[in-house]
Amino acid sequence: MKRWLAVYAAAFFAFLHLPLLTLAAFSFNSSRFTVWERFSLDWYRAAFRDPQIMGGVWNSVIIALWATAISTVIGTGCAYGLWKRGSRLLTGGLYLSLVTPEIVTGISLLALFQWMFRWLHWQLGLYTVVLAHVAFSIPFVVIVVSARLRTIGPTLEEAAMDLGANEWQAFRRVTLPSLMPGIIAAALLALTVSFDDYVITSMVAGVDSETLPMVIYAMARRGASPAINAISAMVTVGFGALILISERMRER
Amino acid sequence: MKLRRWFLLPAWLWMALLFLAPFAIVLAYSLLTRGTYGGVGGPWTLENYQRLLDPLYLTILLRSFAMAAAATAICLALAFPAALFIARSNRHRNLYLQLVMLPFWTSFLVRTYAWMFLLRDTGLINTALQWTGIIHGPLPLLYNNGAVLLGLVYGYLPFMVLPIYATLERMDPALAEAAADLGARPMVTVLRIIAPLAMPGILAGSVLVFIPCLGAYLTPDLLGGGRSAMVGNLVQNQFTTARDWPFGSAVSIALMALVTALLWALLRKQKEPIA
Repeated sequence: MKRWLAVYAAAFFAFLHLPLLTLAAFSFNSSRFTVWERFSLDWYRAAFRDPQIMGGVWNSVIIALWATAISTVIGTGCAYGLWKRGSRLLTGGLYLSLVTPEIVTGISLLALFQWMFRWLHWQLGLYTVVLAHVAFSIPFVVIVVSARLRTIGPTLEEAAMDLGANEWQAFRRVTLPSLMPGIIAAALLALTVSFDDYVITSMVAGVDSETLPMVIYAMARRGASPAINAISAMVTVGFGALILISERMRER
Repeated sequence: MKLRRWFLLPAWLWMALLFLAPFAIVLAYSLLTRGTYGGVGGPWTLENYQRLLDPLYLTILLRSFAMAAAATAICLALAFPAALFIARSNRHRNLYLQLVMLPFWTSFLVRTYAWMFLLRDTGLINTALQWTGIIHGPLPLLYNNGAVLLGLVYGYLPFMVLPIYATLERMDPALAEAAADLGARPMVTVLRIIAPLAMPGILAGSVLVFIPCLGAYLTPDLLGGGRSAMVGNLVQNQFTTARDWPFGSAVSIALMALVTALLWALLRKQKEPIA
């Protein structure tokens, strides 16, 4: 039984990891076809020279940084406020937003923006994408920061208040510093969910705001250039690194 | 306590402006009529919801349900032994958990594309099989229901492993030992002692897999063909190509109602937070 379980687990982990590993391996293949020729970095060079890919990377970075900054601040504040005293309504909203199918979030934000544009003569663009990303990353931040707050507990802050600190000082000098690893972990998580999103972004993006996932999607559809394998490998490694750092931060 | 209000203010604004307001607009649209140029206008009607029962759309709804249910069942079958293995391993438990999570944290789009890379006509599997001479023409592996199912299982498997692992890890190992001492074979112990005790985890995992599978868009879009469209694709199509926003809204609202009901049922059963 025990041995069978181990054999099964090996197969299970292979199933989880082999697709990405083979994809990464073939990003180093010199041939354009799925037959191994020889090792080469040509597709990485091609990816870095492709203006569409680089434009997508640039847009994605800007959007992810803005969305992360805003959602981390709002989400941290929200987690702290809920930790002081819960609100079933707000918590329910956060849960619901987490389970809302992405496509539904996408079309409802599109509907909101189009409705607003009846009065404001704006257009879809980078800022609508940033707003959308803020909207869906806040719950992730709240979950991570709340978990950290639960492990800290209320005693330290109470002690600070007993010693004469006001509410703001207690938060700023006592809770916030010990909360920092959780906030950084949350920010890194927000960064990855923002950088990864295709479905919602594609609904609310304007003509000038094509993100990297949108470029990858278009390339996957065409199936033309193995440069997409190189991009995919880099995205995977980048995400892996961010998440590992985030996990380390959470355990601190 | 004043501070709390200021801290929560942006979150309330978020909920009102970026969650409830869009939802209210979609709800209103779902009760309106499509205009001549794809706009939305009066009169108020329930017709959009009636159209959900049209055989054309009903097929898509039922298919989504069947796909989500099948993906959940397969995930359960694959994840339970893996969770059992992790819970029983002492030394490398954290490593194994991270191995489960790691692909989950890499880009969903890239993971879906990886299967396109493996399954398409010029993909790795077809190329390898043809090279070895087992087959002579490419097998139609991509753009069908099976490929979508595979993509869904691959995408949401960690959601099943983690809750089951969490319940198994808390379980007293003496229970399984007692069953073995009393003469139960290992399979019997697993099915009659361990699995029933792991029920909360199995239930949570099933809901966590079923919900995103039901509303999946990207997986059927990239891995499925015209005949494997799911409800997410229907919504997207109504808002883009078909430009029938009222009907697309009605489909969205119906989907949200289902998802909310499922989540509510789960949260009522489970007192502790899942994640």
